Amino acid sequence: MSGGRTYPLGVRDLGVTLDGREVVVGAGLSAGGGEWLAVVGPNGAGKSTLLKAMMGLLPHVGEVVVGDVRVRDLKPRERARLIAYAPQSPSLPPDMTVFDYTLLGRTPYIPYLGRESARDREIAGAVLERLDLAGFAARPLAHLSGGERQRVVLARALTQQAPVLLLDEPTTALDLGHQQQVLELVDRLRVGDGLTVVTTLHDLSLAGQYADALLLLAGGRVVASGPPAQVLTEPLLARHFGARVRVEAGADGRPLVHLLRPDDR
Amino acid sequence: MRTVTLLVAVVLLLASMAAGLLVGAAGISPKGILLALLDRLPFVDVDSGLAPVDQGVLFQLRLPRVLLAAIVGGLLAIAGAGYQGVFRNPLADPYLLGAAAGAGLCVTLVVVFLGGEAGVATVPVAAFVGAVGGVSLAYAVGNTAGRGGGTATLVLAGVAVTSFLTAIQTFVQQLKVEELQRIYSWILGDVGGGWEQVWMIVPYAVVSTIALLLHGRLLDVLSVGDDEATGLGLRAGRVRFVVLLAASLATASAVAVSGLIPFVGIVVPHVVRRLAGWSYRVVLPLSFLGGAAFLVLGDLVARTVLAPAELPIGVVTAFVGAPFFVAVLRLTRKVGT
Repeated sequence: MSGGRTYPLGVRDLGVTLDGREVVVGAGLSAGGGEWLAVVGPNGAGKSTLLKAMMGLLPHVGEVVVGDVRVRDLKPRERARLIAYAPQSPSLPPDMTVFDYTLLGRTPYIPYLGRESARDREIAGAVLERLDLAGFAARPLAHLSGGERQRVVLARALTQQAPVLLLDEPTTALDLGHQQQVLELVDRLRVGDGLTVVTTLHDLSLAGQYADALLLLAGGRVVASGPPAQVLTEPLLARHFGARVRVEAGADGRPLVHLLRPDDR
Repeated sequence: MRTVTLLVAVVLLLASMAAGLLVGAAGISPKGILLALLDRLPFVDVDSGLAPVDQGVLFQLRLPRVLLAAIVGGLLAIAGAGYQGVFRNPLADPYLLGAAAGAGLCVTLVVVFLGGEAGVATVPVAAFVGAVGGVSLAYAVGNTAGRGGGTATLVLAGVAVTSFLTAIQTFVQQLKVEELQRIYSWILGDVGGGWEQVWMIVPYAVVSTIALLLHGRLLDVLSVGDDEATGLGLRAGRVRFVVLLAASLATASAVAVSGLIPFVGIVVPHVVRRLAGWSYRVVLPLSFLGGAAFLVLGDLVARTVLAPAELPIGVVTAFVGAPFFVAVLRLTRKVGT
């Protein structure tokens, strides 16, 4: 954000009940301004639900606080200027151009029946430039590869100029190189703009490599949180993922997770 | 680019309206018609040389008929575009939420139970009330059945309400089979209602059209889905409600004066999208202009091919519209994906 101010994010006692089933129970987290928090956990743990509830897309109990503002007290437009969200499978209208899609990020700044200003277009153009997407501006979304698509979704979120970025599985369906490219990009933007980033990530090694802190969710509850080395431990992963793994410290001290085949195969 | 497209559509509409005024069973001279029209302009005084009876045909029959066709066609097409935007479904049409079934039922009721002249006079009001009532019922059912009023539940509610109302309508018709022809001639559509009906729908047409045109950008935002639109700070449910309200008002007023004309509401927005792109800021105004031109020409065909007899306009729109639609689909196949 301009001005160098960063916004810490706090969540207290967040709970989501869908169709009578408690999907997230009493979840709490905190991320310092400009930090990257990764939410990890087995399938069905409630990771995406947690993110959606934080964005206000699902009915929930508990509090989400950005800076010193309770998100619940905000109008949707005000909230969208504080938190930007990219879902796991964004729906991309096939004929819409990259530029027009990016420009949608200005929605929270445009009056209900108003239209985009020259400044909105400028901001969208600048974001595309920054993400090396300027050459794609006029291309329809249907004509993008998976990696390009993920970058365009990021561009849309950045155009929102919100200090908090919620990304649900930003590397889904990307090959190794593109996963790295997208996560490096998120990190560069985080450092450059002081963005507070929360991502769900199913790949534990990636989560351990990029995030400042991890939150391990299982059965809708937070079962561990803290620096990657404290969360990615062999006993915790065995208990909550039912996986046999070996965890070793990488060159930079961050944990690397390796799957182990059973001995009796 | 956008301005040019709009201008082309306006010219197309004016040309079709000119054709609608110049061609007809009475065989009035085109020159006389043009002069008579000029004569009606402020500060212009020319002698058209038209006999009073021809003047009557022009100003009391053809002109209101062309205007009514244009307004009805425009309303149905822009309402269809609005429905397609709200439901993010290319198969949505203005009758999706029970407008047609509601109107059909109420018209049947007044024709059967009031009968005669009183019944005929009440038809427009009955159709309007029925269309609004059908959509309201579907909306209420959809909202109570589905959490947060999702679009899928709403469509299903529309289907259920349509079958239910149609069943009642069929039952009532069976009670009084001798009225069937009158009911069906209303259903098949007619834009020959004269000035009275033009003035009747103009206020509704203006309000609903302006409301829809103002929502073009918001429908574009909705096209990325409810969750993301909400994430962008839009109250998706409210936008959907307002657009549905405006589109249903447009549909109800069109149905009130013209019956259940098929095809315009679904085909015109598609053709527009194929030719002019995805954005509702373009699709909505072009649908109105295109729908207006399409129905004026449709009516021209309906009253001339078998002159002096007339075909029901609903038959013509489907008969001419379907091959036209297929042709556009084929021609633009490479552009679409």
